[in-house]
Amino acid sequence: MSAPAIQVDNLSKLYHIGARERYHTFREAIIEAAAAPLRRLRNFGRASSSDSNIIWALNNASFEVEPGEVVGVIGRNGSGKSTLLKILSRITEPTEGRVHMRGRVGSLLEVGTGFHPELTGRENIYLSGAILGMKRAEINHKFDEIVDFSGVTKFIDTPVKRYSSGMKVRLGFAVAAHLDPEILLIDEVLAVGDAEFQNKCLGKMDDVAKSGRTVLFVSHNMGAIADLCPRTLLLSRGSLQADGSTPDVVSEYLTVATPDGYVDLRHWELERSGDGPMRIEAFEILDSNGARAGQIECGEPIRFRFSVRGKPGARCNLSVAIRDMMERIIYNPNTRDDKATVTLPAERSVVELFLQDNRLARGDYSASVWLGDAMNVTHDRVHHCLKFRIEDSSLGQTRSKGLVRTNGQWSVKQRGI
Amino acid sequence: MNRQSNTFTSTMTVDESAPATPSEGVPELIIEPQKGWIPVHFGDLWQYRELLYFLTWRDVKIRYKQTVFGFLWAFIQPFFKMVVFSVIFGGLAQMDSEGFPYPIFVFAGLLPWQFFSEALSRSSNSVVGSSNLVTKVYFPRLVIPLAAVGGCLVDFAISFLVLVGLMAWYGIAPGVGMLLVGPLVILTIIAALGAGTLISALNVAYRDFRYVVPFMIQIWMFLTPVIYSVDIIPEDWQWALMLNPMAGIVDAYRSAILGKPFDWSNIAISAAVAFVLFFVGAVVFRRIERRFADII
Repeated sequence: MSAPAIQVDNLSKLYHIGARERYHTFREAIIEAAAAPLRRLRNFGRASSSDSNIIWALNNASFEVEPGEVVGVIGRNGSGKSTLLKILSRITEPTEGRVHMRGRVGSLLEVGTGFHPELTGRENIYLSGAILGMKRAEINHKFDEIVDFSGVTKFIDTPVKRYSSGMKVRLGFAVAAHLDPEILLIDEVLAVGDAEFQNKCLGKMDDVAKSGRTVLFVSHNMGAIADLCPRTLLLSRGSLQADGSTPDVVSEYLTVATPDGYVDLRHWELERSGDGPMRIEAFEILDSNGARAGQIECGEPIRFRFSVRGKPGARCNLSVAIRDMMERIIYNPNTRDDKATVTLPAERSVVELFLQDNRLARGDYSASVWLGDAMNVTHDRVHHCLKFRIEDSSLGQTRSKGLVRTNGQWSVKQRGI
Repeated sequence: MNRQSNTFTSTMTVDESAPATPSEGVPELIIEPQKGWIPVHFGDLWQYRELLYFLTWRDVKIRYKQTVFGFLWAFIQPFFKMVVFSVIFGGLAQMDSEGFPYPIFVFAGLLPWQFFSEALSRSSNSVVGSSNLVTKVYFPRLVIPLAAVGGCLVDFAISFLVLVGLMAWYGIAPGVGMLLVGPLVILTIIAALGAGTLISALNVAYRDFRYVVPFMIQIWMFLTPVIYSVDIIPEDWQWALMLNPMAGIVDAYRSAILGKPFDWSNIAISAAVAFVLFFVGAVVFRRIERRFADII
C-alpha cells in the first residue's frame, strides 16, 4: 500500500480568546508589554492565570487518509472542523503537531473566493482561478466548460455586482469545481444555491470523488456526507471522537446526547445561541402514560415538556424542530402556526406541547428548541439538545421507506356498483 | 470498519487509474508550527507569479472603474499638483530650482514621490483590505503588498508621459542619465516595499497604522527634496537628509531627467537605507504573517 495522501499527527491549535488574538491597538500592546513581566513575577510558580481564556480548537487529532479516499468530517459548531481545514489548507498554523501531505492541495473554503464585484464574470473567472491556484493556461483551457457549468453565459461580460446572489454562487462553484489538485479540501460549499444547483454540485462532487482524488469534505449535511463519503471522521470539542464507516459515525454523532428523554439545559452551551432574559432550563419527552421516555412507539402520542424561566406575565413563543438522521426537519410545531398564546404564570413555568397525531417513522430523531418573545425576538435557541427514538415493536417491522408513516385505509370492492 | 472502507476506496482508485497513484515528483507538503524568524521563500513566490500578475491587474482595472475620466486621472492628478506647486512654491515663494524652470524641476521630483507615496499607502492597507482572501485561501502573503506596489507602476508610467510632454515644452533633451531611470525605479520599489510590507503587517495587528500612514506620508514629503532642492541643506549635513531613502532617490531622478550631475555618495547612503528597510520589512512581515488569519 502506498504512503497516505494526508497524514495528520497529534495536531493541536490553541486560540487565545482574551485580548491577545483579537484586533487591538498599539497602545494596549505597549501597556501589555510593560505589564507582562510584572504579571509573570506575581504569578511566579502558579499555573498560568489565563487558562480560562484559551481554547484548544483542535486537540491532538491524528488520522490518515489514503490516496483516492473520500472522507467526510462532521461535528457540531465549534468542534474544530473549520480549524482542521484551515490548518490543512495552510491558512493558519498549528500550535503543535505535524501534517504531511503528498500531492497538490486545493482548498475550497467558500464559494467565489476572491471575486471582485466591479469585475465582469469573465475577469472574475481568471482572478478567482488564479487565487485558487490555477495556471492561466489551465483556466484558458477550461474557460468554456466553466462558463457552461455556471449557466451565466449571457452575463459573462457583466460586472458581478449586477449578478443575483444565485448567479454569483453558481459562477463561484463553477470555477472551484474545475480545480484539479490531487487533494481537495472542501468546506460546506454545498449549503448554497437553489435545490437544482445543489443537485448539480452534488453530482459534480460525486464525479470528483470517483475520479481518484483524495477529498476531505466538511459538512453539516448528513445526506451529502452519506452520499459522497464511505468514511467519516467525527470531531467533538477539538478531538477526534470517531473514525469509521459513515453510517456508524453519523449515528454516533446523532446519538451522543442523553437517550433517556430528558436534558438539563441550565449549563448547556453546545450549539446554543441567544441571550435574552427568558431561558429554557430543561426539556423532556413523555410517552402516552406520562412517563419520561427516550423511546416512543410508532403512532404513540408524544408530549414535550419545557421548563422555562422568565418574568411572570411575559408572553413567549416556542418552536420545536424535529430532525431525522439526515438533518431534515420532519416536524416543526410552533406556537405561531398553532395559534397558541403562552403567557408565563410564574418565574419558573412548565410549558407542554402535545402531539396527538405522531406519524414519525421508525428511527432516531433529534429535537431543537427555540424560545422567543411575543415579537419573535430570539431569547434562547438550543440545537440538537435531545435525541429520541421511534420504535415500532408493537406494529411489527415497518415496510415503508417514507420519511413519515401513513395510516392508509385500503379497501376493495366488487366492480359495478 | 475503518479498514474495510479504506480498502474499498483504494480498489476504486486503482480501477479508475491514473492520478493518485504514487509516483516520483509528487509534491510533498509538511505543515508544522514554525518558530522564530522565517526566511522568505523566493521559490514559493515565483510559483505564484501569475497570481501576482492577476492581483496587480485587478488593482489597476478597478482603480478607474465607473469614473468618467478613467485613466486620464493618472495624467490629471500629477499635472495639477505640478501646477499648484509651481504657482505657490515656484511663483510666490521663489524657491531655488537649481537653474531649471520650476515646473519641470518640481515635476521631476513629484514623479518618483507620487509613485512612492501611492505605493506605500496602498501596500500598507493591502493585507487588511484582503482579509477575505487571507482567511480563505493559502498563497504567499507577500504577493499582496507586491501587487499593490505593482499596480502603482502603471500610474507611474502614465505620469512619465506627462514628463516627456513637459520636457518637449521646455526644450530639455533627454541625456545619457535617462538610462538610469530604470535602476532608480527598482530602487524606489525596494524602498516602497520595505516600508509597505512593514506597515501592512503591523496594520494587521494594530489598526492604528491606518491613521498613521497618511499623516506620515505628508511629513515624509517635506523631508524629501520634492518642492525644494537638496542644495538648501549645507553640504556637510546632506548625509542626514539622505537617511531618508527617498531623498537620495528623488535627487537622483532629477539628475537623470534634467541632466544635472549625480551625487553618488548621497545616492549610496539612500540606497543602503532602502535595502535595510526592505530587509526589515520582509523579516517583520514573515514574522507576523503566520498569525494573519488568526488576528486579521
